[in-house]
Amino acid sequence: MQTLEPILAEHPFLKGLDPQYLKLLVGCASNVRFNAGQFIFREGEEANQFYMIRQGKVALEILAAERGPITLQTVGEGDVLGWSWLIPPYRWRFDALALELTRAIALDGKCLRQKSEEDHNLGYELLKRFSTIIVERLEATRLQLLDVYRAHS
Amino acid sequence: MRSDAMLTHVYRVERVRDETYDTFTLDLASSHGLGLAPFAPGQFNMLYAYGVGEVPISISGDPAKPKTLAHTIRAVGNVTKAMRKLNLGDKLGVRGPFGTSWPLEEAKGYDVAIVAGGIGMAPLRPSVYTVLSQRREYGKVFLLYGARTPADLLYPREFEQWQGRSDLEVHVTVDRALRWWRGNVGVVTTLIPKAAFDPTSTIAMVCGPEVMMRFTVAELQKRGMAEESIYISMERNMKCGFGFCGRCQFGPFFICKDGPVFRYDRIRQWLAKGDI
Repeated sequence: MQTLEPILAEHPFLKGLDPQYLKLLVGCASNVRFNAGQFIFREGEEANQFYMIRQGKVALEILAAERGPITLQTVGEGDVLGWSWLIPPYRWRFDALALELTRAIALDGKCLRQKSEEDHNLGYELLKRFSTIIVERLEATRLQLLDVYRAHS
Repeated sequence: MRSDAMLTHVYRVERVRDETYDTFTLDLASSHGLGLAPFAPGQFNMLYAYGVGEVPISISGDPAKPKTLAHTIRAVGNVTKAMRKLNLGDKLGVRGPFGTSWPLEEAKGYDVAIVAGGIGMAPLRPSVYTVLSQRREYGKVFLLYGARTPADLLYPREFEQWQGRSDLEVHVTVDRALRWWRGNVGVVTTLIPKAAFDPTSTIAMVCGPEVMMRFTVAELQKRGMAEESIYISMERNMKCGFGFCGRCQFGPFFICKDGPVFRYDRIRQWLAKGDI
């Protein structure tokens, strides 16, 4: 039976990761799938996982009174979903809805937090990767905030 | 200076199409048989609403069909709002075409990445038409388009056709959406990682709000593209359209004459400077 190690290795998020750390991550990884219309997580729930998307599309939503659910961002193949597992109080801040059949590798956040405390080099590797994602998302969010397509007379 | 640069030709409205709630396309035909010179993708005309005023508007139609001049216009000021009220047969003054064009000849043999934001899709549409009409001359072709919301997306029928082609990779995104939208949500720069172009042999053509273009260039460079391979289309207030009045001065350049299409390395140092 094929392990998840080669699947993890080929995901863009883990590109270049030392094989010894890949082996550690495999112990915290599982294959998951979500059907279209299925919520992956809901705002306020415990955030103990993150997902490396292999196929499909997920909408990050927030429910706004009088407007209903608003999609803030979509993530797809090759992207990572979720970083609330990294930061206390480890609660999801948004809803994640699968827009189509989505396959992903779920990484157990509790497992990874513990392994990172035991091996700070692993923690550093993960934080390097997540900080890149967070910065990219922050820059994109700032561009969204600027509302550059708004009409200026 | 061209001797006819100040001469306004009379065109009549042949068709008005609503693109979005505030954007429309006018198809114009010459009232006197002889029209303007053929245009190149990226160029603009000065459009004159009689009795109201004149504005520069990019040509958004097919250069292979020069008898009909298409301009996609956003109704934001007095002149463009007056143009919005034009009906079939109404007259409009046209001067042009002016400015530099997208590097479609230089891009032959290369992959092409067309990145548009909002109404920036209008000056890039002629490039899409031209590339598709000479498809074999180019490598892989990518069209990346972002708008504010799904209701602001231009040319939905054409995009549907383009998305159905196997020789054109199209990615569309919006900045925000309600749940019914099943497409991408995120700024247009988030589409760049999805497009598998070779950064060492790609020509990029970018048009949209200036901030969007700066972010897009940064993302293209992060991907490995050289400055010399990226072209952007600039916009400033214009009056004469041919480098005489100085109204559109941008550093050492006139947008109307040295642009609007610039190779990025030529203007990089001026882009983030205010008051120039």
